[in-house]
Amino acid sequence: MSAAVRVRGATKTFPGRGRAAGVTALENIELRVEPGQFVSLIGPSGCGKSTLLRLVADLDRPSAGSIEVFGDPAAKARVKQAYGIAFQQAGLLPWRTVAANIRLPLELHRFPPARRHARVAELLALVGLEDFADRYPDQLSGGMQQRVAIARALAESPELLLMDEPFGALDEMTRERMQGELKRIAGETGAAVVFVTHSIPEAVFLSDKVVVMSPRPGRIVDELPITLGTGSAADDVRESEAFFRQVSAVRELLHGVPGAAPRGVDLR
Amino acid sequence: MRIAQRILTPVVFGVLALAVWQLLVVALKIPPFVLPAPLAVGAVFQLQLPIVGNGMLITGLNALIGLVLGTALGVVGAILAAFLRAIDELAAPLVTALSVVPIVALAPVLYTMYGAGAQTARQFIAALAVFVPVYVTTLRGLRQVAPVHRDLLRAYAATRWQATRAVTLPGAVPYLFTGIRIASSLSVITALVAEYFGGPVNGLANAITSAAANSNFTLAYAFVLGAILVGLVFFVGGLLLERLATRHSIT
Ligand SMILES: Nc1ncnc2c1ncn2[C@@H]1O[C@H](COP(=O)(O)OP(=O)(O)OP(=O)(O)O)[C@@H](O)[C@H]1O
Ligand SMILES: [Mg+2]
Repeated sequence: MSAAVRVRGATKTFPGRGRAAGVTALENIELRVEPGQFVSLIGPSGCGKSTLLRLVADLDRPSAGSIEVFGDPAAKARVKQAYGIAFQQAGLLPWRTVAANIRLPLELHRFPPARRHARVAELLALVGLEDFADRYPDQLSGGMQQRVAIARALAESPELLLMDEPFGALDEMTRERMQGELKRIAGETGAAVVFVTHSIPEAVFLSDKVVVMSPRPGRIVDELPITLGTGSAADDVRESEAFFRQVSAVRELLHGVPGAAPRGVDLR
Repeated sequence: MRIAQRILTPVVFGVLALAVWQLLVVALKIPPFVLPAPLAVGAVFQLQLPIVGNGMLITGLNALIGLVLGTALGVVGAILAAFLRAIDELAAPLVTALSVVPIVALAPVLYTMYGAGAQTARQFIAALAVFVPVYVTTLRGLRQVAPVHRDLLRAYAATRWQATRAVTLPGAVPYLFTGIRIASSLSVITALVAEYFGGPVNGLANAITSAAANSNFTLAYAFVLGAILVGLVFFVGGLLLERLATRHSIT
């Protein structure tokens, strides 16, 4: 079976404007995500995490190298709707209700109209927003908007979910609850996930594999497989010795990079 | 509470101002040709309600027809310009010209074109005045697709037509209604001012002119009051429509 995502030697250079020099955002990236695997990308701000995700989603083209999604070139995979995507801003359509926002991909892709209603109800239940179907995005909290965006990304049961810091704007409490929900959803749907984050504990808690990136030009420093006791409650996992050990391991990788910036600091 | 306060403050202020005005006119014995007292104006307004009301209806209807026509033209024009580059390039200098030229200046020309007996020229002038802000704001709205929405539709491999229907058109609606709000006051002002340049003699501005010419200044002010009321109706109407259209537009 082909990998969910296969990135080979991907480089991305943004041309400079006017006299400004071009920016090499990514250099020679190699990445493999197996079907059903949860992979987090972590690295200092500006290291090209979003850019890498956009390349996989075919929202941008690599300057060199190749990207395959389930064995297809990224462009073909996008047309085939091989993935669902959630952005850092929820990106809901403000003039549509919650239900209509979740329905959008179903409408665009001619999902049988008779089954749309049931599917939307299912998704609303999945993200715990059954009572908010007829609300508008401006009537929801940031966390609820984010859940709508996740439901929308899941609408067509994609085998691959791309998420760019979906919990970035949330408070710690909501964030931990959402992490738990995402982990459950990913487990239930069996989708592979590529998850961009700034938070080490978040990456360790959610992932099967954490990919650590270096400051610009973005390279992959190392990949760390994560093993936490499965089946135990989320809070227990977060307080387990294995969890702390692997959080430290990721932190050392992040900070151990020669010239690495502390987390969240851009070196421009 | 805050809405009540926002309405109450100007109302209280307005009533106070009118009271001061009334007191000054009475106390200083100001003659009506200099400044009629508000109570006298109100009394004449009430007494001549059929005539004033008729003038309000005629001017208001001209403004309304102009508003509807100008909005329709503005929306169609903006959609064409947003999707056909050539139209945009052709229209840009024309719209700029329209927005700097005081459009009522066209009135005398149009009166001779349509004949002095018809309201058409006034409605057309109001429509032209309305066209500009509606066209400009709607076009801006059509061009203002949020990058995240653009990415979303690309991720969904949406066709151009799907993207237009799902995001571009609905996203422009709040802008359109902002344009209509701006244009609603403009339509009344333009329809009214156009009357000063000729045409049929039954609008509000005509009535103001002839009342003043007959030295009936209190009546002239009663017609001015009528004009203010028409303007207010359009302004509030435009504002409410805009509120309705933009109520969900902040994410
Ligand atoms: N469209 C673009 N044009 C030019 N440069 C760009 C563009 N998009 C990104 N870059 C540059 O590429 C680099 C990587 O950007 P990217 O957004 O991928 O970083 P990131 O790792 O997602 O950062 P953050 O964690 O802050 O979101 C940055 O230096 C940025 O300035
Ligand atoms: Mg980013």
